[in-house]
Amino acid sequence: MMAQPVVRTETDAAPVKNGGRWSRPRPGPGSPHANRRSLPARIWKERSAYVFLMPGMLIFSVFTLAALIFAVYLTFHRWSIIEPDKPFVGLTNYRDMIHDERFTESVLNTIYFSGASVPLSMATGLLLALLLNLPLRLRGLFRTAFYLPVVTPFVVSAILWKWLYNGDYGLFNYYLLQAHIIDDPLLWLSDKNLAMPAVVLMSVWAGTGFSMVVYLAGLQAIPQELYEAARIDGAGVWQRLRYVTIPMLRPTTLFLLVMGIISSLQVFTQIFVMTNGGPVNKTTTMVYYMYLWAFKYFDMGYASTLAFALFLMLLVFTALQLRLSRQEPGAWAA
Amino acid sequence: MGGVSDGVDLREAAPAAPGPTGPTPPAREPRNGKNRFGLRQKAVTYLVLAPLAILFLAPFAWLISASFQPMGEIFSTTPHWVPESPTLEGYKGFLNVGDLTNAQQAQGHGDWRWFANSAFVALTITVLQTFFNALCAYSFAKRRFPGRNVIFVLFLATMMVPGQVTLIPNYLIIQHIPFFGGNDWMGSGGHGWLDSYWGLIMPGIVSAFGIFLLRQYMLSIPDQLLEAARIDGASEFRIFRSVVLPLCGPALAANAIFTFQGAWEDFFWPLIIMSSPDKITAPVGLALFVVQNRTSWTLLFAGSVIATLPMIIVFIVFQRRFVQGIALTGIKG
Repeated sequence: MMAQPVVRTETDAAPVKNGGRWSRPRPGPGSPHANRRSLPARIWKERSAYVFLMPGMLIFSVFTLAALIFAVYLTFHRWSIIEPDKPFVGLTNYRDMIHDERFTESVLNTIYFSGASVPLSMATGLLLALLLNLPLRLRGLFRTAFYLPVVTPFVVSAILWKWLYNGDYGLFNYYLLQAHIIDDPLLWLSDKNLAMPAVVLMSVWAGTGFSMVVYLAGLQAIPQELYEAARIDGAGVWQRLRYVTIPMLRPTTLFLLVMGIISSLQVFTQIFVMTNGGPVNKTTTMVYYMYLWAFKYFDMGYASTLAFALFLMLLVFTALQLRLSRQEPGAWAA
Repeated sequence: MGGVSDGVDLREAAPAAPGPTGPTPPAREPRNGKNRFGLRQKAVTYLVLAPLAILFLAPFAWLISASFQPMGEIFSTTPHWVPESPTLEGYKGFLNVGDLTNAQQAQGHGDWRWFANSAFVALTITVLQTFFNALCAYSFAKRRFPGRNVIFVLFLATMMVPGQVTLIPNYLIIQHIPFFGGNDWMGSGGHGWLDSYWGLIMPGIVSAFGIFLLRQYMLSIPDQLLEAARIDGASEFRIFRSVVLPLCGPALAANAIFTFQGAWEDFFWPLIIMSSPDKITAPVGLALFVVQNRTSWTLLFAGSVIATLPMIIVFIVFQRRFVQGIALTGIKG
């Protein structure tokens, strides 16, 4: 047993006298021994693969790799666009951030936004998906209706809702007053207790359709046999929902939760259009705060430090997402 | 696709496994959901769905109606769901075509070029990104070359970096692109790609996520097919163009749709790098309009309708692909 491989190696790669020099025989292209060639030869043979990768690699090395390294560099400098002097300041930016009360507030606001908008749009999405999974005639029509806000550009949704929340002429106040639910018009976006809930409500409207479609795909992947078996065991509608549907949707739920958290932590457009971070910083989220420092106060160093704080929060969830997508690829796609 | 087929395989494999040893599986009952779904349940379902659908659609109805209303009608104490005296003032004003009223001249107007810019930038990014993503994906999926795994892992790792972290350095990088916008070879002196279409397009022409998605899809192409083309003497690019691309239709379509959607409604990046009023894209134009002209709601509503139309058209035309794409990627662009 031991001898065979040795013999084969010797016959295959036996040195051959060639033009006065000893050299190994060159395997032809596509021969089974191609992978035994030297590294430069292999690189040369597959050169077209590198050419194919070139544009992508170039863009990535500039706008992601170099940018990331540059971002780290910025956090250690007092880097203002308007001042020529950009001194090294060590950990000052990080120290400032920890003691910055507005930063702490922005983190809390962001968590408030994610914590409210993600579960709400998931729950509404699940409810709609469960109803639309029933054999209804107008199913397609309803599905389109609930999905329309998802395809609407975010800026448009934000503008539209800004009007709906208008204190004097907005539809919310008009109908709430008509129904005698409120006695005085509410100043939705300028009320410090109502501004964030108002932004959350708009975001739920905009995001529910996505949860619904993903849940629908998840529901359709549940084998019908499970329901049959549960029915034979005497399970009612609610029990089937509780013990079959919801457990089977667990991967879908997890996917939506992680994706929802990742995207909601980066909330910016709604804030920019609807509230400008106000009133009294009640809707200043992390990304909006970073935007202020970079493009209103022009301190790129401190703004980069703020961006890294967000990165750190996102990293936990992104790592989770990558892990899960490897473990349960089928479930993630369904 | 890899994911989808995995799921199917697992499900099909599971009942087959106990077959030889265990008892024979019970015969599958025909689906009879329709019979069990009675008239009363149906009525209840509709009673829940219909009001919700109305709530979801009402803002759109209002948007369309208000875009045809003159200013006085929008600012009335009772909302008009049907415009009493319909007008195209808002559309004319926001697109800045035809004669503008004095009020519009004074209060500011939009620009049709915002939409042209959006269309140009979004289409260019979509075409280039789909092509370059596919090129990279093919190399990762079907070529064996030294360093492939290292490069691929590096690409995957970039998916973890949120756009917000690279936003600020990228702003400075764009500013210092050599030889553009009055910059010297060291990249200083001018404004580089700031306030230019280059700056809007170039960072968007590849996406790690798109590459990952297409690669997963391409893994399912049989190697023999490519080998056959190679034996027939086709060049690597020819194989890519004539064999690989035609086989990736659904994945390419999903990539293109989501890229277009994302590029059309992209807001943050164009907001920070564009400054000329005639070069900005539609979302930025709209958002800045809100900030600058707080009262011109007719124009804003008209602009909003125009900005939404391409998205709705793409959605309706590719509705099937949309759902397929979400199943394929599990993500919105």
